[in-house]
Amino acid sequence: MNLLRTFDTGMRGLLGHRLRSILTTLGILFGVAAVICTVGIGTASADSVNSRIAALGTNLLTVSPGSTTSFGVRGGSGSANTLTMEDVAGLADKQDAPDVAAVAPVVSGTATLVSTSTNWSTTVNGSSPGWLVTNARSLAAGVFFTQQQVNQHAQVVVLGTTTAQDLGVTVGSQVTISGAPFDVVGILTATGSTGFTNNDDLAVVPITTAQDQITGGSPDSVQRILLSATSSATIGSAYLEADQLLLQTHHITNTATADFNITSASTLASTAASVTTTLTILLASVAAISLLVGGIGVMNIMLVSVTERTQEIGLRKALGATPRDLLRQFLIEAATLSFIGGVLGVGAGLLAGFLVPRLAGIAVTITATPVIISVCVAAGVGLIFGVYPAARAARLAPIAALRAE
Amino acid sequence: MVAAGFAPEGDVTAEIIRLADVSKIYGSGDATVHAVDHVSLSVKEGDFLAVMGPSGSGKSTLMHILGCLDIPTSGEYLFAGEDVSRMDERELASIRNRRIGFVFQQFHLLSSMSAWRNVELPLLYRAAKDRRQMAMNALAQVGLTDRITHRPNELSGGQQQRVAIARALVTDPTMILADEPTGNLDSKASREVLDILTGLNKSGHTIVLITHDPNVAGVAERVVEMADGRLRDRVAA
Ligand SMILES: Nc1ncnc2c1ncn2[C@@H]1O[C@H](COP(=O)(O)OP(=O)(O)O)[C@@H](O)[C@H]1O
Ligand SMILES: [Mg+2]
Repeated sequence: MNLLRTFDTGMRGLLGHRLRSILTTLGILFGVAAVICTVGIGTASADSVNSRIAALGTNLLTVSPGSTTSFGVRGGSGSANTLTMEDVAGLADKQDAPDVAAVAPVVSGTATLVSTSTNWSTTVNGSSPGWLVTNARSLAAGVFFTQQQVNQHAQVVVLGTTTAQDLGVTVGSQVTISGAPFDVVGILTATGSTGFTNNDDLAVVPITTAQDQITGGSPDSVQRILLSATSSATIGSAYLEADQLLLQTHHITNTATADFNITSASTLASTAASVTTTLTILLASVAAISLLVGGIGVMNIMLVSVTERTQEIGLRKALGATPRDLLRQFLIEAATLSFIGGVLGVGAGLLAGFLVPRLAGIAVTITATPVIISVCVAAGVGLIFGVYPAARAARLAPIAALRAE
Repeated sequence: MVAAGFAPEGDVTAEIIRLADVSKIYGSGDATVHAVDHVSLSVKEGDFLAVMGPSGSGKSTLMHILGCLDIPTSGEYLFAGEDVSRMDERELASIRNRRIGFVFQQFHLLSSMSAWRNVELPLLYRAAKDRRQMAMNALAQVGLTDRITHRPNELSGGQQQRVAIARALVTDPTMILADEPTGNLDSKASREVLDILTGLNKSGHTIVLITHDPNVAGVAERVVEMADGRLRDRVAA
């Protein structure tokens, strides 16, 4: 039997059993579409978490105060104010901490900023020029204040884009913070939000000025110290250097009683990465299950029709079909269904990838791998369960197949 | 070509079937069934043979062997002088396709196909042009010109069996094997089917008709009787 005729026979077989053909196609379609869509959602959320982490700066270390022990009761983390300008100076020493590139002390509080047109309440950070580097930020306009301005307790402020827009101010304008006038010297480049924090709504002033007028407190104590390592590769050694130095200056021998904590954005990054990996695995399992369910559906449909098909095979053999003719016919039938199901499944997956972000607001990133894998698996299931029973029946004596029950 | 030790009788080329001591045994131990028990039989081209016997006597098993649908446990079967046991799957398929037409008691039509598509089936497995025309001619021969696009479930039992006969004769086979072709039919439809088979025999086809009914067997020129797997000749009534 030539190929064209086999193809024709196969097609008529499919059309002759329309319901079976449609159900098989649907099984493959849904399996493929589900995999593409769920893995797409997983990929998109992993991407977004990763880019937010990257925006935090993976070179960054944050030193925050540890817990205090008073009357034998340990307070919570951050309950002490143990970090000082002396620590800042020590960490800035290239000799003791060669892998620390920049240091910035931070005090922060909330204050109301008043411009000529409006007023706006936001976070005001007191820091030093190192703030810009340690936060991996840059300026959209103007300049950052200098160390000299810090020393002089200058009345200058750098604003986030959101804050500047809401106040209706630009570089050169004046704003009043907690009743004192400040010159706007710079506007930060927008970075977007990290989780619930809008990184573009803030004000930065010299730490000395902040301590004088906004946060109060001793001019010697700082709330946090930001450090940036010389590169992401040296973050580990920068951490050890900072830890060693602070233990020494704080006269602490037992590390368990340390009155400070050092956290890094890269620990955050690795935590987040493992969370997104888990999420992706979870979604991929859901997808794999839907693929499996689709596959079992296809298998069921194929197996249910085995008796009928076996009799058909017996009859065709009695009429002169060779095992090869039969194998080819069933291969063409199964391949056609798998192909149509696979193509429609990819189409449905892409359509879902287009609609889900618009209708449900969930990002979907479609990559090639899940498309290829799901199509191969679904088509494989269709092929195997379409051909295997037929291949077995084709080897029976015609009469055994014809009398199958 | 004749196997060694087998003396040809008369015109060898005209002998289409030669069974020598053929047995078919099912099962083993206590459950052993000698469905066909040392049967020898010769059928010549153009013969109209009826195999008669009660249910379970081994008629169908014999027909399956004759039609190369099953292989005997022992014995020798020459089809048109050639040893069937030496043939491979492809050669057997070719013999079934070119030389033999089957008519079954249960019709065995494919329910998803129209009458003419069913008749066309054997033509798919050989080089054939004008398959549709050949199928139409075969359907005309059994008087079903007006039912060509009907599905089997839209036809009466008699009509379905006539479609099956059309499918058996569309390849113009040397021999037609009919196993209880009237078993599921009323007397009028049976008559029609038997008339068609008689007509086919007149036009030169060898026919082997299997039945338990002496009246049906009566249309044949020669009747053999089967009982418990064994065969004996009987003169036609
Ligand atoms: N596939 C089989 N397995 C076991 N026994 C069988 C099989 N086919 C037929 N038989 C037995 O062989 C005997 C002959 O059966 P069959 O040829 O169908 O008789 P008939 O067609 O004359 O009614 C019966 O006893 C039947 O039970
Ligand atoms: Mg029988």
